[in-house]
Amino acid sequence: MIVAILVLTGLALLFGLILGYASVRFKVEGDPIVDKIDSLLPQTQCGQCSFPGCRPYAEAIAAGDAPINKCPPGGETTMLALADLLDVEPLDLDEEAAEQSDVPEVAFIIEKDCIGCTLCIQACPVDAIVGSAKHMHTVIESECTGCELCLPPCPVDCIIMRPIKTTTDNWKWKSPHNIEADYPVIPMPTETELEKRA
Amino acid sequence: MTSSTTTKTNNNQNRKLWRFHGGVHPPFHKEESNQLAVISAGIPEQLIFPLRQHIGKDAEAVVAVGDIVYKGQVIAEASHHGLSANIHASSSGKVSAIEEHVLAHPSGLKGLCIIIDTDAKDDWGDCKLEPYPEYQNIEVSDLVKRLQESGIVGLGGAVFPTVVKVAGAVDKPIKTLIINGAECEPYITCDDRLMREKSAEIIQGIKVIQQMVKPEECLIGIEDNKPEAIEIMRKACVGDSSIEVVAIPTIYPSGGEKQLIEILTGKEVPARGLPMDIGILGQNVGTVYSIYQAIVEGIPLVSRLITVTGNGVQKAQNFDVLNGTPISYLVEQAGGYTKMADHLIMGGPMMGFALKDDNIPVVKATNCILLISTTVLNESNSAFSRQPTLPCIRCGKCMDACPVNLLPQQMYWHIRAKDFERAESHNLKDCIECGACGFVCPSHIPLVDYYRFAKSEIRDQAELQRKADQARQRHEFLAFRKERDKREREEKRAAHKAALQKKKEAAAKAKAEAGESGSVATSAADSKADAIKAAMQRAKAKKLARAKEAAVATKAENAND
Repeated sequence: MIVAILVLTGLALLFGLILGYASVRFKVEGDPIVDKIDSLLPQTQCGQCSFPGCRPYAEAIAAGDAPINKCPPGGETTMLALADLLDVEPLDLDEEAAEQSDVPEVAFIIEKDCIGCTLCIQACPVDAIVGSAKHMHTVIESECTGCELCLPPCPVDCIIMRPIKTTTDNWKWKSPHNIEADYPVIPMPTETELEKRA
Repeated sequence: MTSSTTTKTNNNQNRKLWRFHGGVHPPFHKEESNQLAVISAGIPEQLIFPLRQHIGKDAEAVVAVGDIVYKGQVIAEASHHGLSANIHASSSGKVSAIEEHVLAHPSGLKGLCIIIDTDAKDDWGDCKLEPYPEYQNIEVSDLVKRLQESGIVGLGGAVFPTVVKVAGAVDKPIKTLIINGAECEPYITCDDRLMREKSAEIIQGIKVIQQMVKPEECLIGIEDNKPEAIEIMRKACVGDSSIEVVAIPTIYPSGGEKQLIEILTGKEVPARGLPMDIGILGQNVGTVYSIYQAIVEGIPLVSRLITVTGNGVQKAQNFDVLNGTPISYLVEQAGGYTKMADHLIMGGPMMGFALKDDNIPVVKATNCILLISTTVLNESNSAFSRQPTLPCIRCGKCMDACPVNLLPQQMYWHIRAKDFERAESHNLKDCIECGACGFVCPSHIPLVDYYRFAKSEIRDQAELQRKADQARQRHEFLAFRKERDKREREEKRAAHKAALQKKKEAAAKAKAEAGESGSVATSAADSKADAIKAAMQRAKAKKLARAKEAAVATKAENAND
């Protein structure tokens, strides 16, 4: 009896030491799940999820504080990818998220109206606007994520959103599935009908 | 899957041939256009040159609206930002516009084009390059330079800049040079006619390539449904043991580069690898002829042979067509449309694509303009004509037909379910889009359209991911920069504060010292008065010194006088 107690206590101590050592030795810096979630988000940094950027939203999802359906730019694809990663049920898109148009857009500054106030430059989360005080600003199209964060600060409303131009480089083949959908369906005769015909 | 057969060659040796997996036998319809000799299509009133006629980046226009250009003049230079090729004016005239025009592309989108109103003179000016009839004595680097200047791209359909392909092979050990004269796609006969009419020139072109890459052997692969071409090519290379014409069995797609290599050598080009990796260089006969023209005659790529055929055209024939000729003009030369012209296809019925409009120019890639009725197109390739499809019955015929040994129906199901990752895991990327699977499909499913759709979706996803990563990096850097600026500002402030503190302390110390000798109240006033006095003295001393200097200078001047 005493031997058993001693052995078990000894084992408990031993494993406790091993685990304690391992938790120090193999300590994970940061939260890998946040990184994984963050890598699935579209990185527009638009804040439409009510969090100040993609990473804070990822942290909130990881902590269980936010649902996975609040990313309008990511749309259904991102939501499904998140559901897949976190092994949770897919949700319907948030109202706001569902309204997002499919056509990707980028900001464009109407240069003759720009007064050079630099407010949009400060608002841009990815440094995609160049210009300096009292000089015309312009958007670097290839860097713009289309987050629309530069629209509200502009005092003269000279920033508009324009759809990205389709060229032969980014043109996509349509799914042929829709032409397949309307093939004529010939109803198969049932056995009784066949007997009748006979 | 590679089995072998034997066939007789010109040297009466038995050359062992191999067979690739799958393949189909569509109705070939070659005799409709291969009976008549090639004629020139002439000079249309307007020539349209899209800035991209090759794989890679747009060429950059080097002419302006209103410029007079000569035939052979470079109107757009190869871009320096990636793969690209020069574009030359194919006749003389005046640049009337540089604007967006509908392109020969399945999307029907517009792209930037240079438009030239021709003057019917076809004047070369001094734009002809120096001919190298004695190319044997020309340095390889000069030959490479010439290929670069002449804007030659692979005319078999891939339009890959030839100079990149050949220059890449110059330093590599190339065992076999394969000249592709298979022309396996139905209806197309331009390579057939070219071989019949320009055999000597093609052989010269081959010699140029041989001089550049020094292969051990050279094989010209021609499908055995072109006996005249085989005969003529064999005659042209009689007495030359380094070149061998090989008749290969007629089967589609034997003209695919990797398929032809497998037929002739039994070697398979590794997935996502290049023929060069296994010591092989492939060139289409049309490209070889252009190389001959560029090197021996000094003519850049300004024209090519194009087959105009099908039951939608009055007189099916091969034409020597200037680059940039509108299709409408070309069809006029062939006698115009018939009532059967339901579809306008650039390329053949297997791999071509439909165009909506005939005001589209032919480009370097164009080998065939096919005008065809729906009924005949159905017979040629039912998957192309977009007739109503039936459900997939998993018969597996597509699997047997696939020349790359893929599982077409598996990929089809995954793509229908939008599961592109799994489609990719079935090696979707290796699909050559030959259309053999759709051709055999009893349900007329346009399988290749699915693969193209999936490929463009996958490409788009990758692009989005790339953009997201870039945005993340930029955002993180922005945050880092803001943080850094804040820190720097704070550090500056702290340093400033510390300096101020030091000064104060020093002052206090001085005060304390002064306090020792006199009263505390007067010492502060004294120190201030002292400081002012000292400053005034310093100013006085400076003034004095300046006056002295001036006096010395005037004295010196006087002395000089």
